[in-house]
Amino acid sequence: MRGGGRPTFTLGQIFAAPVGLAAVSAFGLTTALVGDGLWDIASWFCLGLPVAVSVWFGGPRRQRG
Amino acid sequence: MSVEAQGATNHRFLSAKAIRAWYVVHKWTSLVCTVFLLLLCITGLPLIFHEEIEHLSGDAVEAPALPPGTPAVSMDEVTEAPRAGKPGAVVRYLFWDNDDHPNITFVGVAPSAEAPPDAVRYTPVDTRTAAILKEAEEPGGFMYIMLKLHVDLFAGLPGTLFLGFMGLLFVAATVSGVVLYAPFMRRLPFGTMRRDRTARTKWLDMHNMLGMVTLVWVLVVGATGAINTLGELLFGVWRNGQLAEMVAPYRNEPALEKIGSIERALATARTAAPDMNLRFVAYPGTPFSSKHHFAVFMNGNTPLTARLVAPVLIDAKTAELTDMRDLPWYLTALLISQPLHFGDYGGLPMKILWAVLDILTIVILGSGLYLWVVRWKGASQPAVNASDTAGREQPV
Repeated sequence: MRGGGRPTFTLGQIFAAPVGLAAVSAFGLTTALVGDGLWDIASWFCLGLPVAVSVWFGGPRRQRG
Repeated sequence: MSVEAQGATNHRFLSAKAIRAWYVVHKWTSLVCTVFLLLLCITGLPLIFHEEIEHLSGDAVEAPALPPGTPAVSMDEVTEAPRAGKPGAVVRYLFWDNDDHPNITFVGVAPSAEAPPDAVRYTPVDTRTAAILKEAEEPGGFMYIMLKLHVDLFAGLPGTLFLGFMGLLFVAATVSGVVLYAPFMRRLPFGTMRRDRTARTKWLDMHNMLGMVTLVWVLVVGATGAINTLGELLFGVWRNGQLAEMVAPYRNEPALEKIGSIERALATARTAAPDMNLRFVAYPGTPFSSKHHFAVFMNGNTPLTARLVAPVLIDAKTAELTDMRDLPWYLTALLISQPLHFGDYGGLPMKILWAVLDILTIVILGSGLYLWVVRWKGASQPAVNASDTAGREQPV
């Protein structure tokens, strides 16, 4: 399969989504420390993202086409 | 991550040798810590909701409703209440938790002045009436067992430090997993789950995806947990450093014959830090104070500053202010790392997210263990064509 039809990805491509998720998670962990109310809500959404992504890819198989 | 990713001679990120080395780091750090991490994740799950569980099980204490503005009685009276009828009993600590337990002073009493620190039992007392809200209880029950397993495996400080070391290994395992993620994903788009392949491939994909997606939360909770295990040692450093400096003028003073009024001492502390709240008081002779002082720890009003305490030392005889400082950086780091570990700073939705992420971590740990077992069982079989198959399954 070496050099087969599938593309190989660059480091940037491989880590684009993980870095984005990491940044959003880090923001979510921080905001609730800063204040209450809106800060808490921002934190829920930001920490909810990795959970949602985990369920999206890892949850029960989605129907295709 | 698997050894299959090794040996790609044309690899662009890491040499085959480097991948092999990172794999060995990942395998061994994971293997050593996984069982303990599973224990920590499982026992941590109920601990996230300890307040809610106390409420539901009827263990929570609440001060009765009184007309707003009901004045507080003297703190001398409040602290006297739990000692009534217990000759020789001494107050060692006080603490307040105004957010969750308004109008309650928790009075920590030891049976005698010589009793060891773990003999202290807390009695919740109504700050406005000095009524005892619930008698102090011996520790026990389900939540206590969860807490002890989570914090020290019933083995005291050595147990705590051991779990801290497991936490460090877990952080190393996580970091090495991230490094191995790159060669693994060379040909796979983010989030690929090869469900039509063997169970092993499927769980390998799941392990890598979940590990990467939850990375920051896992690292932060793991690292802050490891920092928390150093709490007792860090307070020891503080005692010998900042606290010793603050009380240096009292070094040659004779021992206190009688401890003075806590009410007057707290009044002095409130005047010294009018914008702060009372959080915790250590009585003279406890590990958190000197032999001559009430150490009053005051906190701020925002979610962040509420975690940070400033020690205010009050002469226990005269109720005069001796010194007041900010905590040194290492205790500040410890106190900030606590909410980041507990997940108790953003309401119930945050706790629920904490629990889900905790369960996802259990899946990562469990799948990692499964992958190792499967590989170990198949180790006698020849690895086939390891050269190009980054992230591909091995014929079983």
